[in-house]
Amino acid sequence: MSIWPSINDIAKDVKSGKTTALEQVEKSLKQIADKDADFNSVLWLCEERAKQRANEIDQKVNNGEEPGRLAGVPFIAKDNYLVFGAQTTAASNMLKGFEAPYQSTAIEKLEAEGAICVAKANLDAFAHGGSTENSDFGVTKNPHDKTRVAGGSSGGSAAAVALDLAPFAMGSDTGGSIRQPASFCGIVGYKPTYGLVSRSGVVAMASSTDVLGPLTRSVEDSALLLDVVSGKDSLDGTTIDRDEKSYLDFDEDSVKGKKIGIIKEYFGEGVDEGVESSVREAIKKLEDAGAKVEEISLPSLPLALAVYYVVVPAELSSNLSRHDGQRYQYSALGSNSLDESYENSRTQGFGMEAKRRIMIGTHVLSSGYYDAYYKKAQTVRTKLINEFKQAFEEYDFLVGPVIPTVAFKIGELNQHPLSMYLQDIMTVAVSLAGLPAVSLPCGESEGMPVGLQIIAGQKKDRQLLSISKVFEEIN
Amino acid sequence: MSKLNPEEVLKLARLARLKLTDEEVEKYSEELGTIMDYFKLLDEADLSKLEPTSQVTGLVNQFRADEVVEDQKATPDDLLEIAPESKDRYLKVKRMI
Repeated sequence: MSIWPSINDIAKDVKSGKTTALEQVEKSLKQIADKDADFNSVLWLCEERAKQRANEIDQKVNNGEEPGRLAGVPFIAKDNYLVFGAQTTAASNMLKGFEAPYQSTAIEKLEAEGAICVAKANLDAFAHGGSTENSDFGVTKNPHDKTRVAGGSSGGSAAAVALDLAPFAMGSDTGGSIRQPASFCGIVGYKPTYGLVSRSGVVAMASSTDVLGPLTRSVEDSALLLDVVSGKDSLDGTTIDRDEKSYLDFDEDSVKGKKIGIIKEYFGEGVDEGVESSVREAIKKLEDAGAKVEEISLPSLPLALAVYYVVVPAELSSNLSRHDGQRYQYSALGSNSLDESYENSRTQGFGMEAKRRIMIGTHVLSSGYYDAYYKKAQTVRTKLINEFKQAFEEYDFLVGPVIPTVAFKIGELNQHPLSMYLQDIMTVAVSLAGLPAVSLPCGESEGMPVGLQIIAGQKKDRQLLSISKVFEEIN
Repeated sequence: MSKLNPEEVLKLARLARLKLTDEEVEKYSEELGTIMDYFKLLDEADLSKLEPTSQVTGLVNQFRADEVVEDQKATPDDLLEIAPESKDRYLKVKRMI
């Protein structure tokens, strides 16, 4: 059981004077100090600023002013969110010591409702990876078994919530980076529809699939947070309008009579038996609750991973070109020309995985290869999107595992980039199509948590949260 | 398993402004070769009558007025402050030619 009440209850208690924001912040900081040393989920504390903000909120309460829906609720942000009060490194040496001159829109929205960022969470450097083993500041260990990874790239955020360091954490998902660590750590991870949450002020990975979302202990907490952070933002031209209703306005009949498609390609060879049986049992529960469940095939799914590993390196190699040693943070000394300074700064500042992905991206975008790789991948992407669209004409939701295995051992996969990439096979297609998806704890295998992935059509976030809420109750 | 030839790896590194050691050139020749082999999967797809997608929610050009917004989150001075070197409100860099 968590030591934290629901987010709504914490805010209620702060507003009623039953507790103070400062008490909540101190409780979270103490949890981090007591519990995180062995796990490394937190990179940096925002202690001073967090306490200062807590005092401001407590002052508001004392003055009878409205302190917001998240009044005094501490949280941990993935270290690719620009946040005042601590450095923002994206877990890379390239950005070590970087103090953001502005905050991300998502953080501004959370703060406007009274939430308080107490710490920054570990990730794979620049969010490149699925295990946090690529962090330049050490791996995050799984709260359920220290010899295993917490997943990634939002591994620090997921482990922090599973360790109860704060009531919630924020993460980002480019190809599964919220859902996969949530599955590995046994918590709720919510990836919204592409564009529903502004990406402004978050270190960019792949701009056509990057989405921000919460990692929480309950579906209701995720819905509340989505309600706060979603919506159009003039600082991110890809943002879309949010649902007119509150995301907490759950549909009454969200399961009964709904049609659910079990994605055939997500079962079979390569999927651990324990994962498969947990997920199948979970689906049975939805069926018992009145859903009509059928198997469905999306024939192009086996191509999704290849599409993803063309498109994403292409976009991230462009996005990472800004790290050139001239504008901010790492800048190599002793260069004789601008060109040499670019080369030295990038060579010394980037880690191995960033370099590997920049090389892949540069290759697929270079003249002579653009049509063969990049354009082809984006066209296969259209094919995938069409198959999803067709599926959602008939089905309300699609389901399957989040990842074929439970959390793997630290060091088990990181020598072979392709076998690491293959782990992403069930999450990337959803990202390429911009669909909302959630990872919900549904059982265990080998003593480790297993997640159920539920996927909905674009902009059906409220419906997805509604069915998730019911699953949480019947599971 | 194919390998990317070392000249090609060095050309990419140059385009990406990265310097590679001999060992790294060898390593990337193999790794990129393996990954490019994997991408051949895409050749199987029938793509007739399909156009590439880069924007998934169907948004098209998002316009805004071309004007200075005073209440932007970070000012030019904030940005100059975080630069490695600046002079007279310009970024200062090494010689270009």
